[in-house]
Amino acid sequence: MKELSFDAVVIGGGAAGMAAALELDTRGHSVLIVEREATLGGILMQCIHNGFGLIEFNEELTGPEFAQRFEEDIRNRNIQTSLRTTVLDIREEGGLKAIYCVSPSQGMMRIEARAIVLAMGCRERTRGNIRIPGTRPAGIYTAGLAQRLINIEGFIPGKDVVIIGSGDIGLIMARRMSWSGCKVHAVIEILPYPSGLTRNIVQCLDDFGIPLYLSHLVTNIYGKDRVEGIEVTPIESGALMHEKAFRIACDTVLLSVGLVPENELSRNAGIELQPATNGPWVDSTLMTTMPGVFACGNVLHVHDLVDYVVEEARRAGANAAAWISGYRPERELRVKAGPNIRYVMPMRINLERENRFYMRSLIVKNDARLEVRLDGAVVRSRRLAHVQPSEMLSLMLVPEELSAAGRDSTVEIALL
Amino acid sequence: MRELICITCPLGCRLVVDTDEHGEMKVTGNRCVRGEQYAREEMFNPKRVVTFTCAALLPDGSVPGPRSDLPRRVPVRSTVAFPKEKIPELLDALRGITVRLPVVRGTVVLRQALGTEVDVIVARSIASK
Repeated sequence: MKELSFDAVVIGGGAAGMAAALELDTRGHSVLIVEREATLGGILMQCIHNGFGLIEFNEELTGPEFAQRFEEDIRNRNIQTSLRTTVLDIREEGGLKAIYCVSPSQGMMRIEARAIVLAMGCRERTRGNIRIPGTRPAGIYTAGLAQRLINIEGFIPGKDVVIIGSGDIGLIMARRMSWSGCKVHAVIEILPYPSGLTRNIVQCLDDFGIPLYLSHLVTNIYGKDRVEGIEVTPIESGALMHEKAFRIACDTVLLSVGLVPENELSRNAGIELQPATNGPWVDSTLMTTMPGVFACGNVLHVHDLVDYVVEEARRAGANAAAWISGYRPERELRVKAGPNIRYVMPMRINLERENRFYMRSLIVKNDARLEVRLDGAVVRSRRLAHVQPSEMLSLMLVPEELSAAGRDSTVEIALL
Repeated sequence: MRELICITCPLGCRLVVDTDEHGEMKVTGNRCVRGEQYAREEMFNPKRVVTFTCAALLPDGSVPGPRSDLPRRVPVRSTVAFPKEKIPELLDALRGITVRLPVVRGTVVLRQALGTEVDVIVARSIASK
Protein backbone atom coordinates (compact mmCIF):
# COMPACT_ATOMS: atom_id res chain seq x y z
CA MET A 1 0.00 0.00 0.00
CA LYS A 2 1.30 3.41 -0.99
CA GLU A 3 2.04 5.68 2.02
CA LEU A 4 2.05 9.49 1.84
CA SER A 5 2.42 12.24 4.41
CA PHE A 6 1.25 15.88 4.39
CA ASP A 7 0.64 18.61 6.95
CA ALA A 8 -2.98 18.71 5.81
CA VAL A 9 -5.30 16.77 3.54
CA VAL A 10 -8.39 18.37 2.00
CA ILE A 11 -11.15 15.93 1.09
CA GLY A 12 -13.05 17.24 -1.94
CA GLY A 13 -11.74 19.42 -4.79
CA GLY A 14 -14.73 21.68 -5.35
CA ALA A 15 -14.91 25.37 -4.51
CA ALA A 16 -14.59 24.76 -0.76
CA GLY A 17 -11.72 22.29 -1.02
CA MET A 18 -9.71 24.46 -3.40
CA ALA A 19 -10.18 27.60 -1.30
CA ALA A 20 -9.19 25.77 1.90
CA ALA A 21 -6.11 24.21 0.25
CA LEU A 22 -4.95 27.58 -1.09
CA GLU A 23 -5.18 29.05 2.39
CA LEU A 24 -3.16 26.19 3.91
CA ASP A 25 -0.54 26.58 1.20
CA THR A 26 -0.38 30.36 1.77
CA ARG A 27 0.42 29.65 5.41
CA GLY A 28 3.32 27.41 4.45
CA HIS A 29 1.84 23.96 5.02
CA SER A 30 2.10 21.02 2.64
CA VAL A 31 -1.37 20.07 1.46
CA LEU A 32 -2.97 17.40 -0.71
CA ILE A 33 -6.44 17.66 -2.29
CA VAL A 34 -8.19 14.31 -2.68
CA GLU A 35 -10.93 14.44 -5.34
CA ARG A 36 -13.30 11.69 -6.48
CA GLU A 37 -13.82 13.05 -10.03
CA ALA A 38 -11.28 13.37 -12.84
CA THR A 39 -11.23 17.16 -12.58
CA LEU A 40 -11.22 19.79 -9.86
CA GLY A 41 -14.18 22.13 -9.63
CA GLY A 42 -16.91 19.91 -8.21
CA ILE A 43 -20.50 20.80 -8.98
CA LEU A 44 -19.49 24.17 -10.48
CA MET A 45 -18.37 22.39 -13.65
CA GLN A 46 -21.97 21.50 -14.56
CA CYS A 47 -23.40 24.88 -13.47
CA ILE A 48 -22.83 26.56 -16.82
CA HIS A 49 -25.20 29.46 -16.05
CA ASN A 50 -23.88 32.80 -14.86
CA GLY A 51 -24.31 34.50 -11.51
CA PHE A 52 -21.27 33.17 -9.64
CA GLY A 53 -18.58 35.40 -8.18
CA LEU A 54 -20.42 38.69 -7.62
CA ILE A 55 -18.85 38.99 -4.16
CA GLU A 56 -15.58 37.15 -4.80
CA PHE A 57 -14.62 38.67 -8.16
CA ASN A 58 -17.14 41.51 -8.48
CA GLU A 59 -18.37 40.10 -11.79
CA GLU A 60 -20.89 37.50 -12.92
CA LEU A 61 -19.11 34.33 -13.98
CA THR A 62 -20.35 30.91 -15.04
CA GLY A 63 -19.58 27.95 -12.75
CA PRO A 64 -16.66 26.59 -14.82
CA GLU A 65 -15.09 30.07 -15.07
CA PHE A 66 -15.34 30.52 -11.31
CA ALA A 67 -13.86 27.07 -10.62
CA GLN A 68 -11.02 27.42 -13.10
CA ARG A 69 -9.80 30.67 -11.58
CA PHE A 70 -9.21 28.70 -8.39
CA GLU A 71 -7.87 25.65 -10.23
CA GLU A 72 -5.27 27.77 -12.04
CA ASP A 73 -4.13 29.15 -8.70
CA ILE A 74 -3.79 25.57 -7.39
CA ARG A 75 -1.72 24.55 -10.46
CA ASN A 76 0.47 27.65 -10.36
CA ARG A 77 1.40 26.96 -6.77
CA ASN A 78 2.04 23.27 -7.43
CA ILE A 79 -0.44 22.17 -4.80
CA GLN A 80 -0.70 18.40 -5.03
CA THR A 81 -3.93 16.73 -6.04
CA SER A 82 -5.00 13.11 -6.13
CA LEU A 83 -7.82 12.87 -8.68
CA ARG A 84 -10.23 9.95 -9.27
CA THR A 85 -9.54 9.09 -5.65
CA THR A 86 -12.23 8.00 -3.22
CA VAL A 87 -11.66 8.34 0.52
CA LEU A 88 -12.89 5.26 2.36
CA ASP A 89 -12.00 5.99 5.94
CA ILE A 90 -10.56 8.57 8.32
CA ARG A 91 -8.91 7.36 11.54
CA GLU A 92 -6.81 8.56 14.45
CA GLU A 93 -3.56 6.62 14.36
CA GLY A 94 -0.52 7.36 16.50
CA GLY A 95 -1.50 10.96 17.25
CA LEU A 96 -2.03 11.75 13.56
CA LYS A 97 -4.93 11.39 11.14
CA ALA A 98 -4.79 8.54 8.66
CA ILE A 99 -6.82 8.81 5.46
CA TYR A 100 -7.43 5.56 3.60
CA CYS A 101 -8.36 5.99 -0.05
CA VAL A 102 -8.35 4.22 -3.41
CA SER A 103 -7.77 5.26 -7.01
CA PRO A 104 -7.53 3.28 -10.27
CA SER A 105 -3.92 4.36 -10.87
CA GLN A 106 -2.53 4.16 -7.31
CA GLY A 107 -4.64 1.42 -5.79
CA MET A 108 -5.01 1.62 -2.03
CA MET A 109 -3.30 4.54 -0.30
CA ARG A 110 -2.72 5.54 3.30
CA ILE A 111 -2.12 9.26 3.80
CA GLU A 112 -0.95 10.68 7.10
CA ALA A 113 -1.80 14.24 8.05
CA ARG A 114 -1.82 16.49 11.08
CA ALA A 115 -5.08 18.16 10.02
CA ILE A 116 -7.95 17.34 7.68
CA VAL A 117 -10.42 19.70 6.00
CA LEU A 118 -13.72 18.07 5.05
CA ALA A 119 -15.09 19.63 1.85
CA MET A 120 -17.19 16.85 0.33
CA GLY A 121 -20.16 19.04 -0.56
CA CYS A 122 -23.74 17.83 -0.62
CA ARG A 123 -26.08 15.75 -2.72
CA GLU A 124 -29.65 16.06 -3.84
CA ARG A 125 -32.73 14.78 -2.10
CA THR A 126 -34.47 12.17 -4.21
CA ARG A 127 -37.99 10.91 -4.82
CA GLY A 128 -37.50 8.44 -1.96
CA ASN A 129 -36.72 11.29 0.44
CA ILE A 130 -40.04 13.03 -0.23
CA ARG A 131 -42.12 9.87 -0.79
CA ILE A 132 -44.08 10.65 -3.95
CA PRO A 133 -46.66 7.89 -4.55
CA GLY A 134 -47.10 6.20 -7.91
CA THR A 135 -45.33 3.85 -10.29
CA ARG A 136 -41.59 3.69 -10.80
CA PRO A 137 -41.06 4.37 -14.50
CA ALA A 138 -37.96 5.72 -16.25
CA GLY A 139 -37.78 9.49 -16.66
CA ILE A 140 -37.51 10.66 -13.05
CA TYR A 141 -34.29 12.55 -12.33
CA THR A 142 -32.95 14.91 -9.74
CA ALA A 143 -32.44 18.35 -11.33
CA GLY A 144 -28.68 18.20 -10.78
CA LEU A 145 -28.39 14.83 -12.51
CA ALA A 146 -30.30 16.21 -15.51
CA GLN A 147 -27.96 19.21 -15.44
CA ARG A 148 -24.93 16.92 -15.60
CA LEU A 149 -26.46 14.85 -18.42
CA ILE A 150 -27.19 17.92 -20.54
CA ASN A 151 -24.20 20.14 -19.78
CA ILE A 152 -21.37 17.60 -19.57
CA GLU A 153 -22.44 14.21 -20.93
CA GLY A 154 -24.46 15.61 -23.82
CA PHE A 155 -27.79 13.84 -23.37
CA ILE A 156 -31.26 15.39 -23.16
CA PRO A 157 -33.19 13.36 -20.58
CA GLY A 158 -36.68 14.00 -22.04
CA LYS A 159 -38.92 16.34 -24.03
CA ASP A 160 -41.99 17.16 -21.94
CA VAL A 161 -40.91 18.11 -18.48
CA VAL A 162 -42.47 18.86 -15.09
CA ILE A 163 -40.24 20.14 -12.30
CA ILE A 164 -41.08 19.33 -8.68
CA GLY A 165 -39.81 21.92 -6.22
CA SER A 166 -38.90 25.53 -6.95
CA GLY A 167 -35.30 25.44 -5.69
CA ASP A 168 -32.77 27.36 -7.75
CA ILE A 169 -31.37 24.25 -9.49
CA GLY A 170 -34.88 23.36 -10.67
CA LEU A 171 -35.49 26.89 -11.93
CA ILE A 172 -32.14 27.00 -13.73
CA MET A 173 -32.97 23.64 -15.32
CA ALA A 174 -36.38 24.94 -16.47
CA ARG A 175 -34.54 27.55 -18.54
CA ARG A 176 -31.82 25.12 -19.64
CA MET A 177 -34.35 22.57 -20.89
CA SER A 178 -36.42 25.26 -22.62
CA TRP A 179 -33.32 26.52 -24.41
CA SER A 180 -32.56 22.91 -25.39
CA GLY A 181 -35.89 22.61 -27.21
CA CYS A 182 -37.85 20.83 -24.46
CA LYS A 183 -41.26 21.92 -23.24
CA VAL A 184 -41.39 22.60 -19.50
CA HIS A 185 -45.07 22.32 -18.55
CA ALA A 186 -45.00 23.37 -14.91
CA VAL A 187 -43.06 23.85 -11.71
CA ILE A 188 -44.87 22.46 -8.64
CA GLU A 189 -44.05 23.86 -5.18
CA ILE A 190 -45.57 22.58 -1.94
CA LEU A 191 -44.92 25.85 -0.05
CA PRO A 192 -46.94 29.05 -0.57
CA TYR A 193 -43.78 30.87 -1.69
CA PRO A 194 -40.97 29.88 -4.09
CA SER A 195 -37.80 28.32 -2.62
CA GLY A 196 -35.57 29.86 -5.27
CA LEU A 197 -34.49 33.45 -5.82
CA THR A 198 -37.06 35.86 -7.28
CA ARG A 199 -34.68 36.77 -10.09
CA ASN A 200 -34.64 33.10 -11.13
CA ILE A 201 -38.44 32.99 -11.15
CA VAL A 202 -38.35 35.92 -13.59
CA GLN A 203 -35.52 34.89 -15.89
CA CYS A 204 -36.10 31.11 -15.82
CA LEU A 205 -39.90 30.77 -15.63
CA ASP A 206 -41.61 34.06 -16.59
CA ASP A 207 -39.34 34.55 -19.63
CA PHE A 208 -40.63 31.21 -20.97
CA GLY A 209 -44.23 31.41 -19.76
CA ILE A 210 -43.76 28.40 -17.46
CA PRO A 211 -46.50 28.23 -14.82
CA LEU A 212 -45.48 27.97 -11.14
CA TYR A 213 -48.03 26.20 -8.94
CA LEU A 214 -47.49 27.31 -5.33
CA SER A 215 -49.18 25.37 -2.49
CA HIS A 216 -49.52 22.33 -4.75
CA LEU A 217 -48.36 18.78 -4.14
CA VAL A 218 -47.53 16.04 -6.63
CA THR A 219 -49.71 13.18 -5.40
CA ASN A 220 -49.08 10.57 -8.08
CA ILE A 221 -46.71 9.64 -10.88
CA TYR A 222 -48.19 7.65 -13.79
CA GLY A 223 -46.59 5.45 -16.44
CA LYS A 224 -45.33 1.88 -16.72
CA ASP A 225 -42.03 1.93 -18.57
CA ARG A 226 -41.73 5.69 -19.04
CA VAL A 227 -43.35 8.56 -17.13
CA GLU A 228 -46.69 9.47 -18.75
CA GLY A 229 -47.91 12.13 -16.37
CA ILE A 230 -48.31 13.35 -12.83
CA GLU A 231 -51.25 14.19 -10.59
CA VAL A 232 -51.17 17.58 -8.86
CA THR A 233 -53.33 18.40 -5.84
CA PRO A 234 -53.84 21.93 -4.49
CA ILE A 235 -53.31 22.59 -0.78
CA GLU A 236 -55.75 24.96 0.91
CA SER A 237 -55.45 25.85 4.60
CA GLY A 238 -53.05 22.96 5.03
CA ALA A 239 -55.41 20.34 3.57
CA LEU A 240 -55.14 18.48 0.26
CA MET A 241 -58.09 19.38 -2.01
CA HIS A 242 -58.47 15.99 -3.71
CA GLU A 243 -61.58 17.04 -5.64
CA LYS A 244 -59.49 19.78 -7.31
CA ALA A 245 -56.63 17.45 -8.34
CA PHE A 246 -55.56 17.60 -11.98
CA ARG A 247 -53.22 15.73 -14.27
CA ILE A 248 -50.31 17.04 -16.33
CA ALA A 249 -48.97 14.88 -19.16
CA CYS A 250 -45.17 14.65 -19.32
CA ASP A 251 -42.38 12.18 -20.09
CA THR A 252 -39.86 13.55 -17.61
CA VAL A 253 -39.96 14.64 -13.98
CA LEU A 254 -37.12 16.64 -12.42
CA LEU A 255 -36.82 16.93 -8.65
CA SER A 256 -35.41 20.07 -7.06
CA VAL A 257 -36.37 19.39 -3.47
CA GLY A 258 -33.35 20.25 -1.40
CA LEU A 259 -29.78 19.22 -0.71
CA VAL A 260 -28.23 17.13 2.04
CA PRO A 261 -24.58 17.46 3.17
CA GLU A 262 -22.66 14.31 2.24
CA ASN A 263 -21.40 13.11 5.62
CA GLU A 264 -21.07 9.32 5.43
CA LEU A 265 -17.31 9.68 5.90
CA SER A 266 -17.74 12.02 8.87
CA ARG A 267 -20.31 9.76 10.48
CA ASN A 268 -18.13 6.66 10.10
CA ALA A 269 -15.24 8.53 11.69
CA GLY A 270 -17.41 9.17 14.74
CA ILE A 271 -17.75 12.91 14.07
CA GLU A 272 -20.84 14.33 15.73
CA LEU A 273 -23.46 15.68 13.30
CA GLN A 274 -26.22 18.11 14.11
CA PRO A 275 -29.82 17.75 12.97
CA ALA A 276 -30.50 21.40 12.00
CA THR A 277 -27.88 21.31 9.24
CA ASN A 278 -27.16 17.58 8.69
CA GLY A 279 -23.53 18.68 8.89
CA PRO A 280 -20.86 18.28 11.56
CA TRP A 281 -21.01 20.12 14.86
CA VAL A 282 -18.19 22.70 14.77
CA ASP A 283 -16.58 25.11 17.21
CA SER A 284 -15.65 28.74 16.50
CA THR A 285 -12.73 27.55 14.33
CA LEU A 286 -14.96 25.26 12.21
CA MET A 287 -13.31 22.25 13.88
CA THR A 288 -15.49 19.16 14.25
CA THR A 289 -15.67 16.97 17.36
CA MET A 290 -12.65 15.05 16.00
CA PRO A 291 -9.70 17.29 16.97
CA GLY A 292 -7.76 18.50 13.92
CA VAL A 293 -10.62 17.76 11.51
CA PHE A 294 -12.29 20.88 10.09
CA ALA A 295 -15.34 21.25 7.84
CA CYS A 296 -16.46 23.90 5.34
CA GLY A 297 -18.74 24.48 2.38
CA ASN A 298 -21.83 22.44 1.64
CA VAL A 299 -20.71 19.44 3.72
CA LEU A 300 -21.03 21.70 6.77
CA HIS A 301 -24.33 23.35 5.81
CA VAL A 302 -25.95 24.04 2.45
CA HIS A 303 -25.03 27.49 1.13
CA ASP A 304 -26.85 29.41 -1.59
CA LEU A 305 -23.84 31.29 -2.97
CA VAL A 306 -20.44 29.83 -3.83
CA ASP A 307 -18.97 33.17 -2.76
CA TYR A 308 -20.00 32.34 0.82
CA VAL A 309 -18.59 28.83 0.43
CA VAL A 310 -15.11 30.08 -0.45
CA GLU A 311 -15.16 32.67 2.34
CA GLU A 312 -15.98 29.96 4.86
CA ALA A 313 -13.48 27.54 3.33
CA ARG A 314 -10.66 30.09 3.60
CA ARG A 315 -11.46 30.42 7.29
CA ALA A 316 -11.42 26.63 7.69
CA GLY A 317 -8.06 26.46 5.88
CA ALA A 318 -6.59 29.27 7.98
CA ASN A 319 -7.90 27.69 11.18
CA ALA A 320 -6.51 24.29 10.23
CA ALA A 321 -3.14 25.96 9.63
CA ALA A 322 -3.34 27.67 13.03
CA TRP A 323 -4.26 24.37 14.67
CA ILE A 324 -1.21 22.68 13.13
CA SER A 325 0.89 25.53 14.57
CA GLY A 326 -0.56 24.86 18.02
CA TYR A 327 -3.32 27.48 18.30
CA ARG A 328 -6.32 26.52 20.47
CA PRO A 329 -9.18 28.94 21.20
CA GLU A 330 -9.20 29.80 24.90
CA ARG A 331 -12.54 31.49 25.41
CA GLU A 332 -15.58 30.32 23.50
CA LEU A 333 -19.25 30.91 24.19
CA ARG A 334 -22.23 28.93 22.98
CA VAL A 335 -24.20 30.52 20.14
CA LYS A 336 -27.87 29.66 20.00
CA ALA A 337 -30.41 29.98 17.17
CA GLY A 338 -33.15 32.16 18.66
CA PRO A 339 -36.69 32.89 17.42
CA ASN A 340 -37.20 32.55 13.65
CA ILE A 341 -33.63 31.35 13.05
CA ARG A 342 -33.19 27.77 11.85
CA TYR A 343 -29.49 27.54 12.66
CA VAL A 344 -26.41 29.64 13.25
CA MET A 345 -23.05 28.54 11.90
CA PRO A 346 -20.70 28.07 13.71
CA MET A 347 -22.22 27.18 17.07
CA ARG A 348 -19.45 28.76 19.14
CA ILE A 349 -18.05 32.30 19.26
CA ASN A 350 -14.38 33.02 19.92
CA LEU A 351 -13.91 35.91 22.34
CA GLU A 352 -10.34 36.55 21.20
CA ARG A 353 -11.07 37.69 17.64
CA GLU A 354 -13.77 38.64 15.15
CA ASN A 355 -16.30 36.00 14.15
CA ARG A 356 -18.25 35.53 10.93
CA PHE A 357 -21.63 33.83 11.24
CA TYR A 358 -24.00 32.48 8.63
CA MET A 359 -27.60 31.77 9.51
CA ARG A 360 -30.89 30.86 7.93
CA SER A 361 -34.27 32.45 8.51
CA LEU A 362 -37.38 30.40 9.18
CA ILE A 363 -39.67 33.18 7.94
CA VAL A 364 -40.42 35.35 4.90
CA LYS A 365 -40.59 39.01 5.91
CA ASN A 366 -39.94 42.56 4.71
CA ASP A 367 -38.35 45.03 7.15
CA ALA A 368 -37.14 42.42 9.59
CA ARG A 369 -34.74 42.98 12.51
CA LEU A 370 -31.78 40.77 13.36
CA GLU A 371 -30.90 40.83 17.06
CA VAL A 372 -27.82 39.56 18.86
CA ARG A 373 -28.46 38.96 22.55
CA LEU A 374 -25.98 38.21 25.31
CA ASP A 375 -27.77 36.41 28.12
CA GLY A 376 -31.01 38.04 26.95
CA ALA A 377 -29.65 41.61 26.62
CA VAL A 378 -29.57 43.03 23.08
CA VAL A 379 -25.98 43.88 22.06
CA ARG A 380 -26.62 44.44 18.36
CA SER A 381 -29.68 45.13 16.26
CA ARG A 382 -29.70 45.35 12.48
CA ARG A 383 -32.54 46.11 10.06
CA LEU A 384 -32.93 43.83 7.07
CA ALA A 385 -34.96 44.93 4.03
CA HIS A 386 -36.09 41.38 3.26
CA VAL A 387 -35.54 37.90 4.70
CA GLN A 388 -36.58 34.48 3.40
CA PRO A 389 -35.44 30.92 4.18
CA SER A 390 -33.68 30.49 0.83
CA GLU A 391 -31.39 33.48 1.37
CA MET A 392 -28.62 32.94 3.89
CA LEU A 393 -27.88 35.79 6.30
CA SER A 394 -24.39 36.82 7.30
CA LEU A 395 -23.16 38.65 10.39
CA MET A 396 -19.78 39.69 11.79
CA LEU A 397 -19.32 39.97 15.57
CA VAL A 398 -16.27 41.40 17.35
CA PRO A 399 -15.26 40.52 20.93
CA GLU A 400 -15.80 44.12 22.16
CA GLU A 401 -19.54 43.72 21.63
CA LEU A 402 -19.51 40.85 24.10
CA SER A 403 -17.27 42.38 26.77
CA ALA A 404 -19.97 41.77 29.39
CA ALA A 405 -19.78 38.02 28.80
CA GLY A 406 -19.24 35.76 31.78
CA ARG A 407 -17.91 32.23 31.85
CA ASP A 408 -21.23 30.53 31.10
CA SER A 409 -22.84 33.24 28.99
CA THR A 410 -24.82 32.36 25.88
CA VAL A 411 -25.15 34.38 22.70
CA GLU A 412 -28.50 34.15 20.96
CA ILE A 413 -29.34 35.40 17.46
CA ALA A 414 -32.99 36.18 16.78
CA LEU A 415 -35.03 37.47 13.86
CA LEU A 416 -38.03 39.70 14.53
CA MET B 1 -48.47 50.88 -16.68
CA ARG B 2 -46.41 47.75 -16.35
CA GLU B 3 -45.17 45.81 -13.33
CA LEU B 4 -41.72 44.24 -13.36
CA ILE B 5 -39.55 42.39 -10.88
CA CYS B 6 -35.98 43.64 -10.88
CA ILE B 7 -33.49 40.81 -11.48
CA THR B 8 -30.34 42.85 -10.86
CA CYS B 9 -29.82 41.51 -7.34
CA PRO B 10 -31.45 38.98 -4.97
CA LEU B 11 -33.74 41.60 -3.35
CA GLY B 12 -36.22 41.31 -6.23
CA CYS B 13 -37.84 44.77 -6.01
CA ARG B 14 -41.34 45.06 -7.47
CA LEU B 15 -41.12 47.88 -9.99
CA VAL B 16 -44.00 49.85 -11.45
CA VAL B 17 -43.27 51.54 -14.76
CA ASP B 18 -45.60 54.38 -15.76
CA THR B 19 -45.54 57.57 -17.83
CA ASP B 20 -46.05 60.99 -16.23
CA GLU B 21 -48.12 63.86 -17.69
CA HIS B 22 -45.26 64.83 -20.03
CA GLY B 23 -45.00 61.31 -21.43
CA GLU B 24 -41.76 60.67 -19.53
CA MET B 25 -41.12 57.17 -18.19
CA LYS B 26 -41.39 56.93 -14.42
CA VAL B 27 -40.16 54.00 -12.31
CA THR B 28 -41.32 53.43 -8.74
CA GLY B 29 -40.80 50.57 -6.27
CA ASN B 30 -37.03 50.36 -6.81
CA ARG B 31 -34.80 50.50 -3.76
CA CYS B 32 -31.72 51.59 -5.70
CA VAL B 33 -30.70 53.29 -8.94
CA ARG B 34 -30.02 49.98 -10.69
CA GLY B 35 -33.73 49.21 -10.55
CA GLU B 36 -34.53 52.20 -12.73
CA GLN B 37 -31.81 51.27 -15.24
CA TYR B 38 -33.10 47.70 -15.34
CA ALA B 39 -36.69 48.89 -15.91
CA ARG B 40 -35.68 51.16 -18.80
CA GLU B 41 -33.72 48.42 -20.51
CA GLU B 42 -36.40 45.81 -19.82
CA MET B 43 -39.09 48.07 -21.36
CA PHE B 44 -37.28 48.98 -24.55
CA ASN B 45 -34.56 46.39 -25.15
CA PRO B 46 -34.65 43.40 -22.79
CA LYS B 47 -31.39 41.45 -22.66
CA ARG B 48 -30.14 38.26 -21.03
CA VAL B 49 -26.75 36.62 -20.71
CA VAL B 50 -26.91 33.41 -22.75
CA THR B 51 -25.16 30.30 -21.45
CA PHE B 52 -25.25 27.16 -23.56
CA THR B 53 -23.07 24.24 -24.65
CA CYS B 54 -21.50 23.20 -27.93
CA ALA B 55 -20.41 19.70 -28.97
CA ALA B 56 -16.82 18.74 -28.04
CA LEU B 57 -14.67 16.84 -30.52
CA LEU B 58 -11.36 15.10 -29.88
CA PRO B 59 -8.31 16.24 -31.92
CA ASP B 60 -9.00 13.42 -34.44
CA GLY B 61 -12.57 14.65 -34.94
CA SER B 62 -14.26 11.85 -32.98
CA VAL B 63 -16.66 12.26 -30.08
CA PRO B 64 -15.30 11.49 -26.56
CA GLY B 65 -16.42 7.96 -25.68
CA PRO B 66 -18.54 6.90 -22.73
CA ARG B 67 -15.51 5.82 -20.67
CA SER B 68 -13.56 8.99 -21.39
CA ASP B 69 -12.94 11.51 -18.62
CA LEU B 70 -13.46 14.27 -21.18
CA PRO B 71 -16.81 16.07 -21.40
CA ARG B 72 -18.89 15.75 -24.55
CA ARG B 73 -20.12 19.33 -24.21
CA VAL B 74 -18.17 22.57 -23.98
CA PRO B 75 -19.86 25.38 -22.00
CA VAL B 76 -20.12 28.70 -23.85
CA ARG B 77 -21.47 32.12 -22.86
CA SER B 78 -22.28 35.47 -24.40
CA THR B 79 -19.67 38.01 -23.30
CA VAL B 80 -22.44 40.37 -22.13
CA ALA B 81 -26.25 40.37 -22.09
CA PHE B 82 -27.77 39.60 -25.50
CA PRO B 83 -31.05 40.95 -26.97
CA LYS B 84 -33.77 38.65 -25.67
CA GLU B 85 -35.85 38.36 -28.84
CA LYS B 86 -32.83 37.10 -30.81
CA ILE B 87 -31.90 34.37 -28.31
CA PRO B 88 -33.69 31.48 -30.15
CA GLU B 89 -31.83 32.38 -33.33
CA LEU B 90 -28.55 32.56 -31.41
CA LEU B 91 -29.15 29.10 -29.91
CA ASP B 92 -29.80 27.69 -33.39
CA ALA B 93 -26.45 29.07 -34.53
CA LEU B 94 -24.69 27.56 -31.49
CA ARG B 95 -26.26 24.14 -32.10
CA GLY B 96 -24.31 23.98 -35.35
CA ILE B 97 -20.93 24.74 -33.76
CA THR B 98 -18.42 22.07 -32.68
CA VAL B 99 -15.35 22.78 -30.58
CA ARG B 100 -12.09 20.85 -31.09
CA LEU B 101 -10.25 19.90 -27.90
CA PRO B 102 -7.97 21.09 -26.40
CA VAL B 103 -9.62 24.46 -25.96
CA VAL B 104 -8.81 27.48 -23.82
CA ARG B 105 -11.32 29.51 -21.85
CA GLY B 106 -12.19 32.75 -23.65
CA THR B 107 -11.79 31.31 -27.18
CA VAL B 108 -14.38 32.98 -29.41
CA VAL B 109 -16.78 30.50 -31.04
CA LEU B 110 -19.09 33.12 -32.57
CA ARG B 111 -17.85 36.65 -33.22
CA GLN B 112 -20.35 39.56 -33.25
CA ALA B 113 -23.22 37.12 -33.00
CA LEU B 114 -26.14 37.89 -35.37
CA GLY B 115 -24.75 41.32 -36.17
CA THR B 116 -24.57 42.48 -32.54
CA GLU B 117 -21.46 43.58 -30.67
CA VAL B 118 -21.72 40.46 -28.50
CA ASP B 119 -19.31 37.51 -28.87
CA VAL B 120 -19.91 33.98 -27.68
CA ILE B 121 -16.88 32.52 -25.89
CA VAL B 122 -15.80 29.20 -24.38
CA ALA B 123 -16.31 29.20 -20.60
CA ARG B 124 -14.04 26.28 -19.67
CA SER B 125 -10.51 25.27 -20.60
CA ILE B 126 -10.46 21.57 -21.49
CA ALA B 127 -7.41 19.43 -22.24
CA SER B 128 -7.52 16.83 -25.00
CA LYS B 129 -6.73 13.81 -22.83
